[in-house]
Amino acid sequence: MVDIPFDTIAGIPPAEVGEVELYHPKSWWTRYVFSQDAKVIAIQYSITAMAIGMVALVLSWLMRLQLGFPGTFSFIDPNQYLQFITMHGMIMVIYLLTALFLGGFGNYLIPLMVGARDMVFPYVNMLSYWVYLLAVVVLASTFFVPGGPTGAGWTLYPPQAILSGTPGQDWGIIFMLTSLILFIIGFTMGGLNYVVTVLQARTRGMTLMRLPLTVWGIFTATVMALLAFPALFVASVMLLLDRLLGTSFFMPTLVEMGQLTKYGGGSPILFQHLFWFFGHPEVYIVALPAFGIISDLISVHARKNIFGYRMMVWAIVAIGALSFVVWAHHMYVSGMHPYFGFFFATTTLIIAIPTAIKVYNWVLTLWRGDIHLTVPMLFALAFIITFVNGGLTGLFLGNVVVDVPLSDTMFVVAHFHMVMGIAPIMAVFGGIYHWYPKVTGRMLNEALGRFHFWVSFLGAYAVFFPMHYLGLLGMPRRYHDIGETAFVPASAHDLNAFMSVAALIVGFAQLVFLFNLIWSLFKGREAGGNPWGAASLEWQTPQTPPGHGNWGKELPLVYRWAYDYSVPGATRDFVPQNEPPAGSLAQGAQP
Amino acid sequence: MAVAIVLLLVAVASVLFHLFSPWWWTPIASNWSYIDHTITLTFWITGAVFSAVVVFMAYCVFRFRHKEGRQAAYNPENKKLEWWLSIGTAIGVAAMLAPGLVVWHQFVTVPAGAAEVEVMGQQWMWSYRLPGKDGRLGTSDARNISSDNPMGLNSDDPNGQDDVVIQNDDLHLPIGKPVKVLLRSIDVLHDFYVPEFRAKMDMIPGSVTYYWFTPTRTGTFEVLCAELCGAAHAQMRSKVIVEEEKDYHAWLDKQKTYAELAAARNVAKAAYKMGSE
Repeated sequence: MVDIPFDTIAGIPPAEVGEVELYHPKSWWTRYVFSQDAKVIAIQYSITAMAIGMVALVLSWLMRLQLGFPGTFSFIDPNQYLQFITMHGMIMVIYLLTALFLGGFGNYLIPLMVGARDMVFPYVNMLSYWVYLLAVVVLASTFFVPGGPTGAGWTLYPPQAILSGTPGQDWGIIFMLTSLILFIIGFTMGGLNYVVTVLQARTRGMTLMRLPLTVWGIFTATVMALLAFPALFVASVMLLLDRLLGTSFFMPTLVEMGQLTKYGGGSPILFQHLFWFFGHPEVYIVALPAFGIISDLISVHARKNIFGYRMMVWAIVAIGALSFVVWAHHMYVSGMHPYFGFFFATTTLIIAIPTAIKVYNWVLTLWRGDIHLTVPMLFALAFIITFVNGGLTGLFLGNVVVDVPLSDTMFVVAHFHMVMGIAPIMAVFGGIYHWYPKVTGRMLNEALGRFHFWVSFLGAYAVFFPMHYLGLLGMPRRYHDIGETAFVPASAHDLNAFMSVAALIVGFAQLVFLFNLIWSLFKGREAGGNPWGAASLEWQTPQTPPGHGNWGKELPLVYRWAYDYSVPGATRDFVPQNEPPAGSLAQGAQP
Repeated sequence: MAVAIVLLLVAVASVLFHLFSPWWWTPIASNWSYIDHTITLTFWITGAVFSAVVVFMAYCVFRFRHKEGRQAAYNPENKKLEWWLSIGTAIGVAAMLAPGLVVWHQFVTVPAGAAEVEVMGQQWMWSYRLPGKDGRLGTSDARNISSDNPMGLNSDDPNGQDDVVIQNDDLHLPIGKPVKVLLRSIDVLHDFYVPEFRAKMDMIPGSVTYYWFTPTRTGTFEVLCAELCGAAHAQMRSKVIVEEEKDYHAWLDKQKTYAELAAARNVAKAAYKMGSE
């Protein structure tokens, strides 16, 4: 264990890297709009993702109004309900979480954390954002096309996604698929950047095993995304061809509203395999950056090194690899060959082991720490609780035969919201409260932050924990109104109403957060360069917010891992990564 | 302190909710109580892990929260502890997976004597078909579908002539007899779902899927569609009535076969034609 923190590279001369490689903006437009600076691109990504995320949040209010008080809100009809759930799901999973973690956090943190001046391909990085923005605009425009957005469910299963019994069959589905294709093109440009930057642009001394876990999480998630998104890409293209040109990739001989169609010979199951070959890694594409961020938040705010760093890295890599061989656990009742169930249940439950290791190491990091209950730390604690809760219900759904009664019920909805909705959002919030001082130079308001935390965490838990039990009861998902159903007691409707009220309260608490983001930009307390006393490199920049090129004339020189907190004998309770060991001859580090 | 108490309360409230929640699975009406037992086992194991993790966190927050002069311990790794935790987790996972796979094997192995029943889904209704006296279902094809032949049976297949066709009506099943439901769809994905039977499976246009179960309780059970199938997904309902053998046969005798329905339609057509001439 001693070989991690304390190997030194004394005597290496400082690296003076000329700034010629960087593009320098010449006007306001190229500085703030068509910027090639990863930090500006990160902010653009984040604002766009949060803006479209607000749309998805409002959609969730409308859904909850309908579910909690069916029949009361006459402006929501069954078609619209399906359109709301579809857009809510797609936006939250892809356009908010994926974009925010990789495009937002990834862009901002990777170059700073690895000690680079910028991403290695700044121009492509800029293109990535603009293509993403185009994808968001195309997606949002479906609210205004004839027939409205598609109501096929976020999984877009054919045949119904492109047949007339589903809302949005005219234009909505075409726009949705086009938007996904654009998103993947944009993401690929950004993703290549993140991977190459981590592999090639680390500063001297920054070995892979000294990277903060945030970088490991984002890096692994990006590699996975580059491998997984192509499956969605081809599925989208093929479905678009089925819809527009009448090809039959996914369409067998079938009847549409009593009339035989000209489709024939395709396989609806093929789409599901392609979708989930992307869709399951997608869960971890969202989860791994959250894992990394949470590891760093806990370590910094408990003033203690992350416990079992090497195991944490290998767990991330193992989860990333395993997540490519579990996709069909979303398809246990799809009608695929039943013997697949044995294989996919086994691989799925094996993933629980590296995932559990991560949880153990987080809570063992708290053990004998010096826990500062700051807002980021609170969100990290909430992440662990919601993630453990959602992860454990995954053991129900992953265990093939247990999945049979539970699949397609509210249990599934509760599970995935807990594990890849609430938990990653807790990580996002924790991350924002943690790094906002670096991005803006000011602290977010603490009191508003605590209010935002308690309402969001307890409220969201009150929405999604009881929801499992409605699923256990047998209540199916994607029903705008369960109606008179013999096995559903009246009390279940009361529970639905309660969950809706809680969801609305949680929703409005997010407005407090948005207010805090804007208010603190102007009125927040001055943060200084390193308000949390963090050891990782992004806090050691000469300026806050970091200037163009991140570092001064010289790139930082790294001597240790990112987790030297409360080192016995040290003068402070943290030792920055670029602080030369005592007695070293090296001069390159920042003071 | 307050934070530690709230964390503890989250764990306690979750457990109490689980124990006293009035929302629980429907009384079972099939042989798949094995599935319920596996769920119960999974609840025990996962509940214990959840409580342990949250209580431990609450303890840490209480015991190690920041105070003047506190210094965190410095211990990067503990190989032994990490391995023991991994092994313990693996055992817990195996304890859930092994029974799960055994029950899954039962679920996918249809007993030899199971009676076949066809369920057909379409937007947004259910139809049923039982093999007639010959015990065999005739073949079908979506291309044959017409208003005269809504299930698309092959009229020249002799096996299909005596098939009992049930449209716009409930399905009856005899109690205690294993039944293999053959599932097909003529338009989009559907899923034949009766909560009390615990089983479900998607129906896919172009293929036939299946599951089997043995009804163990008489009664009327609601059929829902569990795979999003378009605008009226939530209204796609039907009923399954499980009854004693003799009631079942009384019901069966009143049902019409495919050939009878076709003949009746031809008579009606001929009468209509004559009337119009």
